Amino acid sequence: MADTVADTRRLFTKPQNLSDAYGPPSNFLEIDVGSPETVGVGRGRFTTYEIRLKTNLPIFKLKESSVRRRYSDFEWLRGELERESKVVVPPLPGKALFRQLPFRGDDGIFDDSFIEERRQGLEQFLNKVAGHPLAQNERCLHMFLQDESVDKNYTPSKVRQA
Amino acid sequence: MSFFSFGQTAEIDIVLNDAETRKKVEHKTEDGKKDKYFLFYDGETVAGKVNITLKTPGKRLEHQGIKIEFIGQIELYYDRGNHHEFVSLVKDLARPGEMTQSQTFDFEFTHVEKPYESYTGQNVKLRYFLRATVNRRLNDLSKEMDIVVHTLSTYPELNSSIKMEVGIEDCLHIEFEYNKSKYHLKDVIVGKIYFLLVRIKIKHMEIDIIKRETTGTGPNVYHENDTIAKYEIMDGAPVRGESIPIRLFLAGYEMTPTMRDINKKFSVRYYLNLVLIDEEERRYFKQQEITLWRKGDIVRKSMSHQAAIASQRFEGSATAEKALAQAKEDSN
Repeated sequence: MADTVADTRRLFTKPQNLSDAYGPPSNFLEIDVGSPETVGVGRGRFTTYEIRLKTNLPIFKLKESSVRRRYSDFEWLRGELERESKVVVPPLPGKALFRQLPFRGDDGIFDDSFIEERRQGLEQFLNKVAGHPLAQNERCLHMFLQDESVDKNYTPSKVRQA
Repeated sequence: MSFFSFGQTAEIDIVLNDAETRKKVEHKTEDGKKDKYFLFYDGETVAGKVNITLKTPGKRLEHQGIKIEFIGQIELYYDRGNHHEFVSLVKDLARPGEMTQSQTFDFEFTHVEKPYESYTGQNVKLRYFLRATVNRRLNDLSKEMDIVVHTLSTYPELNSSIKMEVGIEDCLHIEFEYNKSKYHLKDVIVGKIYFLLVRIKIKHMEIDIIKRETTGTGPNVYHENDTIAKYEIMDGAPVRGESIPIRLFLAGYEMTPTMRDINKKFSVRYYLNLVLIDEEERRYFKQQEITLWRKGDIVRKSMSHQAAIASQRFEGSATAEKALAQAKEDSN
């Protein structure tokens, strides 16, 4: 009735090292965008967000970092990544020019609910981008996430792991 | 084929001599339906009878000759006018004359060469058929009968495994292994994926079987890819040192043997695509070609000795011993 039965036994595998099996995974990367603060007065006001990063990926120089960035810094980062890397960069939350027009009923771009919406969008954006293996090679991403301030006159380059 | 006089003057019927005993197989037609056709192998004789039945007995049928042809042809859908015939045999059944009553003609194409397997694809079709024709001055009467041809192979002498280390530097390194490079259509792909380095957040991993049909030559080459199967082999995030087994039964999928450059007109090739998907829906993949071949059917009366030993591997001793005893008994 039956043809010769196929050999479906598993291929030989090395048993896993216990420290690998129960150790922490090497893909830990957590980025939080929070603590929005509006600085300045009158027309020159803007909102900054704290970007907290915790990781065990060796490509990041600091395993923990905290910096403050504003929306235009995110726009700069997105532009740099689009130009320098082959990554399809996800979109940022909206620019909300409409909210910057005068004579609004609410606080415009300093409205609490708007800031919260934008904060969430920025957090999603950063998590998507920072986890991308090709984006992780870009100097602009590391400067944005871990350097004290963003130097827009930097020389674009690739980061190589030490 | 003329539809005008079909059924008006005479009816042509082709019947094979071994119609009772010959196996029939299902084959997909161009519009996706499945039909059953007689199965032939290379070298087999195609013999039978052509029955010509006169619709109105008494009325004569004048003709310029009656013949039967055995044809193997390749038809490219974008170039329907040109049929490329790679096998063309003809047998004359009757010289020009008159038929006053229904007649039967015997024919035999001895040991016909059928070098390629029948194939109905997205852009190309290879078929074999018998065509009986009654030539007439104004229009011919003809009838076609399709047959299906399978090409068989034996176990390949060299069937090395596929083993490779691939990855993205400092991000993801895997070593994948498939137990063979040539699989028959009812075979099992046994393999494993070993993770050497995992610095991305993997959500799941799957293996796809992709069929690629290539038609045309030179600058007009056209590839048609079709994903035949998607089989998830891992759900969740692996870590370094983990090994994920693969066991993929091919019998469940509709596939043909690998066809390379058939009559310089088309190819059908198969690929295994290993796909890893991370938390952000990014896809990392590695494609590897495999060769598929068709094994001849071997029917055994009882469970073979080999099968009995195989069952011993997996089941308890009780069933296996019984099977071994049964096999011994049957072979005596």
